[in-house]
Amino acid sequence: MSDAAISVEDLWKGYVLGRPDAAQGLTFREALMRRTGSLFRSAGNALRRRTSRGDRDREEFWALRELSLEVRHGEVLGIIGRNGAGKSTLLKVLSRITEPTRGRIRIRGRVGSLLEVGTGFHPELTGRENIFLNGAILGMSRAEIRRKFDEIVAFAGVTRFLDTPVKRYSSGMYVRLAFAVAAHLEPEILVVDEVLAVGDAEFQKKCLGKMHDVASGGRTVLFVSHNLAAVAQLTQRSLILDAGRAAFLGPTDEAIRRYSEAHIGENAVDFDVSRTPRKGYGTGAARITRLRFERAMPVFDHAEDFAYVATIHALEDIPKLRFSMTIFALDNSPVGSCFGADDIALRAGQTADVRVSLPEGRLAPGKYYCGLSIGRGDYRTGHVDFDVVLDTLPFEVRPEEGAGGTVSCWVRSWGSIVLPEVRQGVLEVRP
Amino acid sequence: MSADSHAAVPELLVIEAGHTERHYWRDLWRYRELFYFLAWRDILVRYKQTAIGIAWAVLRPVLTMAVFTVVFGKLGKFPSEGVPYPILVYAAMLPWQFFASALADASASLVGNANLISKVYFPRLIVPASAVITSFVDFVIAGAILVVLMAWYGFWPDWRVLALPFFVLLAFAAAMGAGLWLTALNVKYRDFRFVVPFIVQFGLYVSPVGFSSAVVPEPWRLAYALNPMVGVIEGFRWSLLGGRGALSAPMLALSVVVVAAVLGSGIRYFRKTERSFADVI
Repeated sequence: MSDAAISVEDLWKGYVLGRPDAAQGLTFREALMRRTGSLFRSAGNALRRRTSRGDRDREEFWALRELSLEVRHGEVLGIIGRNGAGKSTLLKVLSRITEPTRGRIRIRGRVGSLLEVGTGFHPELTGRENIFLNGAILGMSRAEIRRKFDEIVAFAGVTRFLDTPVKRYSSGMYVRLAFAVAAHLEPEILVVDEVLAVGDAEFQKKCLGKMHDVASGGRTVLFVSHNLAAVAQLTQRSLILDAGRAAFLGPTDEAIRRYSEAHIGENAVDFDVSRTPRKGYGTGAARITRLRFERAMPVFDHAEDFAYVATIHALEDIPKLRFSMTIFALDNSPVGSCFGADDIALRAGQTADVRVSLPEGRLAPGKYYCGLSIGRGDYRTGHVDFDVVLDTLPFEVRPEEGAGGTVSCWVRSWGSIVLPEVRQGVLEVRP
Repeated sequence: MSADSHAAVPELLVIEAGHTERHYWRDLWRYRELFYFLAWRDILVRYKQTAIGIAWAVLRPVLTMAVFTVVFGKLGKFPSEGVPYPILVYAAMLPWQFFASALADASASLVGNANLISKVYFPRLIVPASAVITSFVDFVIAGAILVVLMAWYGFWPDWRVLALPFFVLLAFAAAMGAGLWLTALNVKYRDFRFVVPFIVQFGLYVSPVGFSSAVVPEPWRLAYALNPMVGVIEGFRWSLLGGRGALSAPMLALSVVVVAAVLGSGIRYFRKTERSFADVI
């Protein structure tokens, strides 16, 4: 017997775009008409013409292509890749939520998958009831849940609210409870998608610790995350997925290095964000449609202001509008945030190009990206966002020239901000 | 954990395109508690924030019974075969109401649980089956009213009541079979959202709920039994009303065959389509 817990051979998964009923490519009417078509010749003809036009419009999309992979028993494998690279699809196929289009997977052991925290939580039910419900949905038996019940409650820290409907929970409590249930799942093979990105920093640390226990407990784990630091901490081997293909499979250090380089490597300076899906919430009163850097390469000097031009379109009359943004380092840690003043006014239907610049950003040399919003108000007055665009405007800050012709050197572990030069005054000199 | 600490080698699971699960029925057994939990959730949630709560399970059939008694029994003067008309109607209303609500709930169940379908694996059959079980609980509660009604009129069933579980099972199978068909179709073609209420409404009048099948002319009665609920409803009457009603052996046999066919084909169609549910839903 081979030692592989999971072996994937030449896996393909295709979707048909633009048509929800991808599997068969027929609407109910078409399906009906196909069968009765010969009876109603003329109607059938009209329809057949329409169907064939539909066929031409149809676009195939391969979420996974010729993927082969082996995961040994007890191994913790990281899976990294850009949005839409096929990570989630791979996990869905492995956990039997959707079936592959081609290829074969052999899995030895029970698979527990954690693609989302709080799947099946019902807002009307109490915390206690949801623990049992969610546990059962994740594949735990009632006896198992009862045994771990106290541990789950303690981990989530919601003891006092056990008999309160979860719709009255704060969002923090909600995700803590949801993660706590999921974290106590004990299958032989665990498949985890990006669930560490919940809760506050302290809870995230707790989650990471729990994942660490699971990973070092000898279980086979597949771990998908955008958080490269977490991947580095939990795994030895990683897979990079790129457009559905395995771009790299090997040691995590190497994978992260390659991925980090490739991630920024495109040097795009113009982004059409009019149709990118929004992950943050905005009221929709105005939208960001385009973002661009006014240069050929997205590279800034350390001493220079970080700046970009945004095209915004107002759908309603907006008397006050400001930009705000958060800059993230490549490992997804936020570097800092800033708000502009509420001094832009637009009438419904107007489109404006706005230059946004950050003076004295003091960013250390390295690679960054932004999350930005347009809205009204700031952290002092309270704020409303009209539109939020995350994971955009990747850029690099070039090291400044060193003194006297040397190359300056900034160590990553010093952080992402070069603080101002410290003042130092000698108070006393003793002999 | 080392491999040899396990007495048995972990089972091998093969995932391939178009490969029917060999372990399907075993998985169904393994997830048996999920039936319970989903049904339990639906029951808990169903009557939350309602003023009279579970009383709705009783009120609906009782009110319908009252209307039917007046319309068919008093105004229409349909024959009652010596049984108080409310009991005649209620004995039929019970399985019908169960069938109708099971059908409606089951067909909406998968779409209503789309978040589960796209995020977790379990045999999908559990979702519509739980919906049917939920309706069954209402059925049991509504059944208590029949006992009250019978006590009121002093009308008691004889030994034939022992056959009742069989007819309950038949009702269950009919609801499940039709429910599976509609559930699977509804995932892909949302047209069925509009079809189901129609079936339920229409079915109430073509099934012998407000009247006895005895009003159907003898030569047509067998054809009438092609509607599987005819066998179920007349079976309920037969076992509860001391052999009265229009149930005949050929009618019953035909109903059983139709129910079995619907259930069998329903399971097959559901299993055939369930693999793509997550992509379509």
